[in-house]
Amino acid sequence: MTTKFTPDHEYIRVEGATGIVGITPYAQDALGDIVFVELPSVGKVLKKGDEAAVVESVKAASEIYAPVSGTVTEVNDALTGNPGLINSDPENEGWIYKIAIADAGEIDSLLDDAAYAELTQ
Amino acid sequence: MRYLPHSEAERAEMLGVIGVPNIDALFSAVPALALKSFDLGLPAHSPEFLVEAHMRALAGQNHAGSDGPFFVGAGAYRHHVPATVDHLIQRSEWLTAYTPYQPEISQGTLQMLFEFQTQVAKLTGMDVANASLYDGSTGTAEAVLMARRLTKRNKIVLSGGLHPHYRDVVRAYLKDDADLVCLSASPEGQGDILDHIDDQTAAIVVQTPDFYGHLRNIKTAADAAHAKGALLIVVITEVVSLGLLEAPGALGADIVVAEGQSIGNALNFGGPYLGLLATRKEFIRQMPGRICGETVDAEGQRGFVLTLSTREQHIRREKATSNICTNSGLCALAFSIHMALLGEAGFTRLARLNHANACKLADALEAVPGVEVLNKTFFNEMTIRTPQPAAALIERLAKRGILGGVPVSRLEPKDHSVGNLIVLAATELTTDEDIAALTSALAEELA
Amino acid sequence: MSMNNQGRPTGTGTSGFASTSGSALLPNEPLLFEIGDTEHSGVDLPDATITNTRLGGFERKTALDLAGLTEPEAMRHYVRLSRLNHSIDSGMYPLGSCTMKHNPRLNEKMARLPGFADIHPLQPASTVQGALKLMNELSHWLMTLTNTSAVALTPKAGAHGELLGMMAIKAAQDAAGQGHRRTVLVPESAHGTNPATAAFLGYSVKSIPARSDGTVDVQAVKDALSPDVAAIMLTNPNTCGLFEPQVIEIAKAVHAAGAFFYCDGANFNAIMGVVRPGDLGIDAMHINLHKTFSTPHGGGGPGAGPVVLSAALAPFAPVPFVRKGANGLELVEHEEDQALGRITAFQGQMGMYVRALTYMLSHGGDGLAQAAQDAVLNANYIKARLGQVFSVPFPDYPTMHEALFDDSFLAGTGVTTLDFAKALIDEGFHPMTMYFPLVVHGAMLIEPTESESKQTLDRFCDVMEELALDAKAGNAARFTAAPMKAPRRRLDETRAARSPIIKWERPAETLKAAE
Repeated sequence: MTTKFTPDHEYIRVEGATGIVGITPYAQDALGDIVFVELPSVGKVLKKGDEAAVVESVKAASEIYAPVSGTVTEVNDALTGNPGLINSDPENEGWIYKIAIADAGEIDSLLDDAAYAELTQ
Repeated sequence: MRYLPHSEAERAEMLGVIGVPNIDALFSAVPALALKSFDLGLPAHSPEFLVEAHMRALAGQNHAGSDGPFFVGAGAYRHHVPATVDHLIQRSEWLTAYTPYQPEISQGTLQMLFEFQTQVAKLTGMDVANASLYDGSTGTAEAVLMARRLTKRNKIVLSGGLHPHYRDVVRAYLKDDADLVCLSASPEGQGDILDHIDDQTAAIVVQTPDFYGHLRNIKTAADAAHAKGALLIVVITEVVSLGLLEAPGALGADIVVAEGQSIGNALNFGGPYLGLLATRKEFIRQMPGRICGETVDAEGQRGFVLTLSTREQHIRREKATSNICTNSGLCALAFSIHMALLGEAGFTRLARLNHANACKLADALEAVPGVEVLNKTFFNEMTIRTPQPAAALIERLAKRGILGGVPVSRLEPKDHSVGNLIVLAATELTTDEDIAALTSALAEELA
Repeated sequence: MSMNNQGRPTGTGTSGFASTSGSALLPNEPLLFEIGDTEHSGVDLPDATITNTRLGGFERKTALDLAGLTEPEAMRHYVRLSRLNHSIDSGMYPLGSCTMKHNPRLNEKMARLPGFADIHPLQPASTVQGALKLMNELSHWLMTLTNTSAVALTPKAGAHGELLGMMAIKAAQDAAGQGHRRTVLVPESAHGTNPATAAFLGYSVKSIPARSDGTVDVQAVKDALSPDVAAIMLTNPNTCGLFEPQVIEIAKAVHAAGAFFYCDGANFNAIMGVVRPGDLGIDAMHINLHKTFSTPHGGGGPGAGPVVLSAALAPFAPVPFVRKGANGLELVEHEEDQALGRITAFQGQMGMYVRALTYMLSHGGDGLAQAAQDAVLNANYIKARLGQVFSVPFPDYPTMHEALFDDSFLAGTGVTTLDFAKALIDEGFHPMTMYFPLVVHGAMLIEPTESESKQTLDRFCDVMEELALDAKAGNAARFTAAPMKAPRRRLDETRAARSPIIKWERPAETLKAAE
């Protein structure tokens, strides 16, 4: 199981052929209290870099882009009633959607832990 | 100049603090050829009494509603506005406040908007309402766009009973759009809109009472729309009708747009008016315009803020639900105060009075030889067919001091079938004498 | 410090009771629905008898449930609520880009003359000649002040005017076979309505970076121009309060590329009577009558946003407009081959036209120029007085009608720009615009307008200085806890947005008791 990052502060945790996507602790901290999440629909086909979801804080709305190409297989419905999960636990309970990865090769081009840490220094 | 506080000495002193020799130095970034390179040729400043005299002279060249019998409606209605309403909206703290961006010192405006939203929701029978839009016509265009966002479909069907101006505004907003179907005018209240709903339809737009005064069957329209997964947008230009007619929300409407001018706001030759927009709770995040919400302050006291602002242009910029920024705050206040003064008891009586006077008007018009009332149903407005072209007839009535309604040809100049039609409204201000004056003048003109 | 339940600080009394000092005049006001009911009414109306209704079976069956108040109760409710608002009449309102100037009451009086307020938009033209003359006069003033060829009066507000202006540009280009142009250039300092408007019309928005001196980079504009560009939307004076020194060069480059120059006129107050935008090469510009020409903001509208148009765009103005006809003035409501059509029912914001023209006649051409110069003088005075304590991001040019500072003076104090603004509330001032324009970190945009006296400006500057020094001295609590003297403490916006409550619901226990 590996976790990779985009320069736009999405993470993708790879579990076999599936990726779990959310925003990083750094991103949630910068956005402040999340008040609403617009989830993608299951079955939606995404190309790498497509807008997949939107997270809104009181003062800002941020698009969440697809870190890799694939098809949305599941979304975190718990966020609808409790968007604050992204603040309290962005990497576990605050995940946003799962994607069936179309091209495993795209994973390699993402940032690893060290590279992302450097980016957010 | 009475509005400018500085004396010449103060100006000089301030320039000294800034460290420039004269005011022109502060305009140094302006290209020389554009700076005061002209003589405006405009009159010089003027004392208050001379300005007032000038404006009074202009106002005096208009025939005001109170100058004689008045039957003009068609989207704007002459109602009584209680003196309290106009007094209150001129209080400094209402009149000269800005949009409530600092909620701690704007609780007056915010609580009022919360009350206004509640009134609009109750009136329309919908779950939620926004804090107002510019007017009913632009509100209709906004509702159409909202329906497209909600359904992710494009086809919009406008009923032939929709106010022609509203139709034209939607046309302008959806310029070059092949998915907009505008049904032809239906002065007899006939409707074929149900035949145009298919599985590509985002919404149908139905006005009731419609432009010609007929009451439309909202329940049937809602069922037909929903059967195809489309939304029903109900448009109301005369909100007083909701005192007697079933709330569109109770009949299945998905979005209700109304012109709120009738309550609390004068005719004003067309503006400022007040757009009302109400919808279902689940559509709240696609609703355009500002929204006020309840919350608590740091000490747990109830308070109000503008909320869901991430839908708006100042945050979403090119992804906003609408480019609307300013709304109709003061008109919403006037509406809300007037509605609070009326209450359910007063609002219902007001509606009954309007309908009663319209019934008298219809009966009196029927009795004029040559005049045919086209409506079997109406609230306070109806359409008549006369044996003569309507526009000229209305002009002749105006010369007699009677504003006898709106010739349909003024709004539908290309449709020759409506050339002899007049839309007339009665309100609580219409007297038996007014009706008698109109019908006898009509009888003479048509004789 | 203990707090009473009004959210204001308690007094220094020694009795152990919370003082209610000040709150006697500012009581909490319940909601209309908590004090009114469906029986009470403040309007006397006869109960009409209808023998033969024509409602066709569509009668209301569901309850309205609208609360009513008698007239004295209503008067108190709305007077009490009003006292919870700050307003321009009660204190300085230095909101940058909003032009909160004095609203003369003669304007209100004139707008209420029956000859203006009690006329219907669809009366015969022969019965409203005075109203049409007024529209013509207002148009004349607007065209003269801007040196332009036409004006479309109907837009309901600034953003609506922007929409119309861009629609006119689109119509003109479609007519000229230039409909393929799909890009609009928008400087990154622009007001959010600009990109929202362009996107609404299907244009893609290309952002133009600002130079380090706060003005638009002419070279960046030239580089971005192409056969695909339809227009540039430029605010001038810009949102940093600066006059774009190379605006003429920008206009020439834009025109040479076959594109149009839309000018956001939100800041026209700085230059009215002093600079004519038409001389700068603009093609369309909306004018906020509720900013520049003193029609009241009314807690968020109504506004009015007439758009002046260059000769090239004049044929693409929407209906209706006023024209001289055989029998006096007439209102043109339909026109063959009219490209744009109609953007609102009726004639626009007549009530605002009356107020704006009253204001113009009061000032005259000379007074308007003086007002613009005073607005610029006041902003530069604030910049000069506060420039030692506050950081000025763009010192190269004199500012126009607003003074822009950034929050670098707060570095390390633990006080945010927002905290600072809230502390200003406790001192009796409405905060400045914050965090806008976006090109400046922690922006604080102060627009005093011409309406403020030197005395008020001095007091404002004294308070600003004192606050800044206090923040730097480490007294963060005064800021982070602010406001302490307002009708409410800081409000929880997260809670409001997470589970929106946007209308009053009858409390559950009342519903149960009623069953």
